Amino acid sequence: MEPTIPILILCLPLLGFLVLGLLGPKMSHKAAGWYGILSMGATMVLAYITACTYFFSGAPEFIEGGVRLQHVVFNQDWLNFYKELTIRIGFLLDPISALLLVVITTISFCVHLYSLGYMEGEKGFQRYYAFLQLFSFSMLGLVVATNIFQMYIFWELVGASSYLLIGFYYQRPSAVSASKKAFIVTRFADLGFLIGILILSYFTGTFNFTDFTGTVLANGSSVNDLVTPLNVVASFGGATFMGCSLLTWALVLIFMGGMGKSAMLPLHIWLPDAMEGPTPVSALIHAATMVVAGVYLVARLFPLYLMEEAALTFITVVGAITAFYAAVVACTQIDIKRVLAFSTISQIAFMMVSLGVARPEIHEGLGYMASMFHLFTHAMFKALLFLGAGALIHAVHSNDYTAMGGLRKYMPVTHITFLIGCLAIAGIPPFSGFFSKDEILSACYENSFVWGAWMSMVAGLTAFYMFRLYYLIFWWDEPDYGHHKPHDAPWMMSLPLIFLALVSCCCGFLHFGKFVTWNGEPYDIHINWTGVAIPSIIIAVLAIALATVMYRKKNDLPAKFAKASCGLWTAAHNRFYWDEIYLFITHKIIFNGICRPIAWFDRHIIDGTMDGLAWCAQRLSVTIRPLQSGNVHSYVYVYLFGALLLGGVTAAVVLL
Amino acid sequence: MEILYAIVALAIIIFSVLTVTTRKILRSATYLLFTLFAAAIVYFMMDYEFLGAVQIAVYAGGIVVLFVFSILLTTHPGSNSEKLANRHVWWGILAAVATAAVTGWALLSRCADLFSSKPEMADYTMQDLGNAMLSTGHGGYLLPFEAVSVLLLACIIGAVVVARKR
Amino acid sequence: MEIKLLYYLVPSLVMFCCGLYGFLTRKNMIAMLISLELMLNAVDINFTVVNRYLFPGSQEGMIFTLFAIAIAAAETALAIAIIINLYRVTKKVDIDEAKQLKG
Repeated sequence: MEPTIPILILCLPLLGFLVLGLLGPKMSHKAAGWYGILSMGATMVLAYITACTYFFSGAPEFIEGGVRLQHVVFNQDWLNFYKELTIRIGFLLDPISALLLVVITTISFCVHLYSLGYMEGEKGFQRYYAFLQLFSFSMLGLVVATNIFQMYIFWELVGASSYLLIGFYYQRPSAVSASKKAFIVTRFADLGFLIGILILSYFTGTFNFTDFTGTVLANGSSVNDLVTPLNVVASFGGATFMGCSLLTWALVLIFMGGMGKSAMLPLHIWLPDAMEGPTPVSALIHAATMVVAGVYLVARLFPLYLMEEAALTFITVVGAITAFYAAVVACTQIDIKRVLAFSTISQIAFMMVSLGVARPEIHEGLGYMASMFHLFTHAMFKALLFLGAGALIHAVHSNDYTAMGGLRKYMPVTHITFLIGCLAIAGIPPFSGFFSKDEILSACYENSFVWGAWMSMVAGLTAFYMFRLYYLIFWWDEPDYGHHKPHDAPWMMSLPLIFLALVSCCCGFLHFGKFVTWNGEPYDIHINWTGVAIPSIIIAVLAIALATVMYRKKNDLPAKFAKASCGLWTAAHNRFYWDEIYLFITHKIIFNGICRPIAWFDRHIIDGTMDGLAWCAQRLSVTIRPLQSGNVHSYVYVYLFGALLLGGVTAAVVLL
Repeated sequence: MEILYAIVALAIIIFSVLTVTTRKILRSATYLLFTLFAAAIVYFMMDYEFLGAVQIAVYAGGIVVLFVFSILLTTHPGSNSEKLANRHVWWGILAAVATAAVTGWALLSRCADLFSSKPEMADYTMQDLGNAMLSTGHGGYLLPFEAVSVLLLACIIGAVVVARKR
Repeated sequence: MEIKLLYYLVPSLVMFCCGLYGFLTRKNMIAMLISLELMLNAVDINFTVVNRYLFPGSQEGMIFTLFAIAIAAAETALAIAIIINLYRVTKKVDIDEAKQLKG
């Protein structure tokens, strides 16, 4: 494949960022917005061309004997330390990167278009578009990385652009602290990622993904004899640390980076606060693309994870706990964006669990395919939900559902599209979420009944809290809207909603297994109606029915329920006090126990030494200052005395 | 020759002592002029005619005139003969004598050379001097020549800037 | 009687010591400058005489003297410019007036 189009895919958003960042203040809002939209549109078209070429052209470099291959379009030396250690920047095409190219550019384009209406008249409009372009560039660079170091670079770049966008309203203290929180928490996770990279590359001597994960064919032979995950395991030579093999440590540490970005349990605290950013940004970054980077990372290194059962189990456990926790918390939040944020955490955890339970011997790695499928469908319907929420917030100027209710009459387009999104995430056929979630549940049940039952329960919770949200917004009780009745958003906001709703309706029927599987061989999706699908539909419908009973009309059932739950509701409403725990650890233990003594040491010992030196020098200078009297004669006497002494000594040495 | 030497040596000693002891500054400048003339004669006696000429032209003709001008400029019209006050005279004498002692002692360490007599010297013409000034390498002084010319230029500009009326 | 090297060095030494004495005891800045010229000239004489007596084949001492005269002229001109400037401010040419220049 010619490298022109891939290079353009990366360069157009970067150029857009530079143009909007440097010339933005000179442009009008309209010009900047349309420039961003056109640039992203062109990128989207190019990404579609690339993905279609990869999936449908059937060229021998992409597909061989029905097996999709990893194809390196270009791989340019970037940092040349020495021969064995060269960091490259490149473009890797394989099923998941092609899929992500499509997802990112589509959502990004929708968000660009949507923002034209949503951000109308905001101060810093051009800056906003510049950051959107920067984010798109970084995310595209991340998914097409040919080596883990390039991925790390772009990983940090998406973190930085996320920081910039969360803190977009930088006059608001809450936005500033939210952006700092997001940056610090993900940074902390990236520390683990970096250590993992270093361990891995120290033992294998390479950064390249193709070296780690060279495709293994069905008969056990690899496409390239030299590169297999087995070689990676062999290169570790059975080294262990604290009872686990070093490879496990490396993989778990790398997964820790993914935990930070994807908001898995101990590191999830930044994502709900990240909702301080503009809503389209939440849709793009904190729902559809950046937060699935962790899933993408695990999927990218999946053949390596397969070598280490322990790492996969770890992922499964973390994912399962996170999914349940986030679903419970989502049932009690008031801010609609926070409900969606926790729902995002929960859904990403679904993908993680799906990856964790995937095994080649279970339906040829069904979990991997299901995870990617859910990533795709989730990106679409969650972006739809967020953009819908944005339209609602735009209309009533509040984030809380208490300010909404009965909106179905005033905002029909938003109502219908939001309903489609809710049905999709609840897993009702024929919407897309049903298909992907069904595959995930199948994979879980195949692995172990425990995981299957657990995730089915979480799926039921998902349906419940989404419809709770839906009823509270569109039914329930109508507050007093005053003279300004809420109305549907302008066309550039509605258009992405309608488009995404259509996609969410249809994309479940894609034969996804034909395109993306863990080893590139096509997999035939078949829905296990009796075993998995029917029960999960029943669970979802029951959950929706419960939500209908509780929230369709204004009543005091929810309040009673909350009272009867013996503090569980309050705890969930406060997110099970995770933030407080973090505050306790950082403020009480780290600040008081470690930072104060260090600060004292710095202030009194180190600064004291320096101050002492300065004090000595000052005293000395005060002492010797009178020597410079300005009296020329005294200077001459001193000089003469020295000269005579020198002359005398010299003469004495020569003479005697 | 010996007579000439005696006159010159005496002139140098007497006039330099007078230069620093006289009470009137204009006289001091005049005695300096005489001393400089005596030094010029020494140069002539050393067969350095050009150097002697430069000494007379630059010192006698330039610097002393400069001194006289500045003295006249800085003397109050009423008291045309301002008394030169000397102070710490004994300290000054002590310093001078000490210097003379140390220097004399140092000179004595080269006894053999001190009593050498004047050897013959090849005729040193103006042309040789010019070549030396404008050539490089051994015996060439182009670089210091240029440095001095730059110094003089800087000095002219500096003097103009400093003395200019604001 | 033949004139030895020492015979020239003695008057020049006297001249130098006179210059030193004058420089140390005068208060008038122009008088100090005059003393300075004395010292410079004593050194010049030394250079030429030693050059002539001990190294008649080369001319370094003579040329050094030449440069010294040029530089002395420059220095004097500048010094007098400064003195006159100072005089304009203080109406005196006392060295004690220059004390405040130390800052």
